[in-house]
Amino acid sequence: MRAVLTVAVLAAAGLLAAGPAGSAAGGTPKKPLAAHGYHLYGEYCLGCHGGNAAGRANEPSNATGAGPGRDQGQQAGIAPSLQGVGALAADFYLRTGYMPLRHLGLQPRREPLVLSDRQIRALVAYIASFGGPPIPKPKPELGSLSQGQALFAEHCAGCHQVVGQGGYVTGALPPPLDRATPLQVAEAVRIGPYVMPKFSQHAISDRQLDSIVRYVEFAKRPDRPGGWGLGFLGPVPEGLVTWFLAMPALLVLCLLLGRRLRS
Amino acid sequence: MSRPRNAIVSALVLLLGRGRRRPSPDERRIVPALPPNPAAELAVLALLGLSSLSALGFILIYAFAGSLPDVTQLLGASIGLALLFLAAALVVVGLKLVPTEEVAEEYPPQEHPGEQEVIAEVLDESGTRFTRSRFFKLGLLGAGGTLGLAILTPAVSFGPLFHVGDFLRTPWRRGRRLVDEHGRPYNASDIEENDFYLAFPEGSSSSQQEQMAASLVLVRLPPDKIDLPRHLAGYDAHGILAYSRICTHAGCAITLYRAPLFQPDEPKPALVCPCHYSTFDPATGGTVTFGPAGRDLPLLPVYEDSGGYLRAKGNFDGPVGPSWWGVRLWKAQP
Repeated sequence: MRAVLTVAVLAAAGLLAAGPAGSAAGGTPKKPLAAHGYHLYGEYCLGCHGGNAAGRANEPSNATGAGPGRDQGQQAGIAPSLQGVGALAADFYLRTGYMPLRHLGLQPRREPLVLSDRQIRALVAYIASFGGPPIPKPKPELGSLSQGQALFAEHCAGCHQVVGQGGYVTGALPPPLDRATPLQVAEAVRIGPYVMPKFSQHAISDRQLDSIVRYVEFAKRPDRPGGWGLGFLGPVPEGLVTWFLAMPALLVLCLLLGRRLRS
Repeated sequence: MSRPRNAIVSALVLLLGRGRRRPSPDERRIVPALPPNPAAELAVLALLGLSSLSALGFILIYAFAGSLPDVTQLLGASIGLALLFLAAALVVVGLKLVPTEEVAEEYPPQEHPGEQEVIAEVLDESGTRFTRSRFFKLGLLGAGGTLGLAILTPAVSFGPLFHVGDFLRTPWRRGRRLVDEHGRPYNASDIEENDFYLAFPEGSSSSQQEQMAASLVLVRLPPDKIDLPRHLAGYDAHGILAYSRICTHAGCAITLYRAPLFQPDEPKPALVCPCHYSTFDPATGGTVTFGPAGRDLPLLPVYEDSGGYLRAKGNFDGPVGPSWWGVRLWKAQP
């Protein structure tokens, strides 16, 4: 509650500080959808991202108050510029619930959406009016599942785990991919949200991306013969369970059964 | 009474009566007679029955495999229970029904004690020609010890100790271009921030490609964020840094790049090895910020030529690859 209040107060302050300047430079967009987005931007985004989506990167952090997890010594500024991020990033961050962020300085995570579909489309249209890449159109049906698995293992599994169960890295939590839609997966690969690297066409082509998206869809419900999945890592952890859990259990059983000969 | 019924009853009496034959008291036995244990017998029969029920369950589960969930687990559980009950039945038989006996066998008496004393004396007196027996023992110990050491020497090949040259050689020369995995040379404008790239030396021979130092990871950082130590000054090409791709801990390939979108609020950029999460800071010359790696990631100096292509300016600042005893005493060699 307090955090929401803080953000609201920040937003109001931001409106006062940057609102007039922003509208003078950018102004209300002509298209009605983007114009609606302009007002929504003032309501939800302006406090951190600044007027005209220009970002507030160079301000000292003590001007913003501190959220939990915020390292005052290292961090300055509030939020990046949204000019040029395009519909690609706006759609991803709003449809996953990553934005609006609850606390400043935290890793954005999947949250229940506070904006309606129409509000999201309006905001995306407004951000897109500053230019930038469009929303991609992944076609998982054109991808190859086996190629997708190989690419996922090479590029993604190091952090997201081989069937996309998520994991840990230093400084961040790679999210599980079970709720990521094909479009969101494709967007995230091109954006690189939070500390994830972005992958250009050079590293992952659009066709390869289709394969990866298809594999992620498969990994939501991988073939399972039941029982303890062990992270679907394959025969090595299964063998470890046999040797280090089942074998000691059998040994203990043998010891309990036998009787030591007195000599 | 009808005839078939008579036949069944007499057959049953015959079957059940067979086991009830009492041994005659005057019969001579080797194993001492013990009283019967009907409770244990009943338990064995019950366990055997449970075992056959479980095995029957396996057959039924196999037959109706199509309409059951988690068939693998049910099949395993049923056959496992069948074996377990069978084992339990045998255990009860062994502990409660079969008589056990402990027998200790005595050592045979010593044979020909006089002759043994003679042999001991002969052995004792044969050594009197050795006047310096202590030196002999020392020599024998030395020969045996060195031979053992020689036998163990090939184990040195598990880690570098004598031949470290192969670990230090790199294919990088001044002016050599950086190419991607398809052999296309990298232009400085290809390298974007927040992305990372795999690079190899252009036109390297197959033996050079096998060298650990051949593969690089390229990243671009904002020039004002780069803070290289003095001895690495000028190693970057306008913000492009070329690090060895081999982790200095256990030699895995570095395949993870932590690339914050908005640096003020997020953890700093880092190159991360997926094996044990050794984390290197690309902005400060590959210093270790987390994990088990013991030394910095080697940095290759690069420059942008007049055509914009990336070329090596020299060689790495340290040996590439996993660390070994004394690794810091060496330098990378062309």
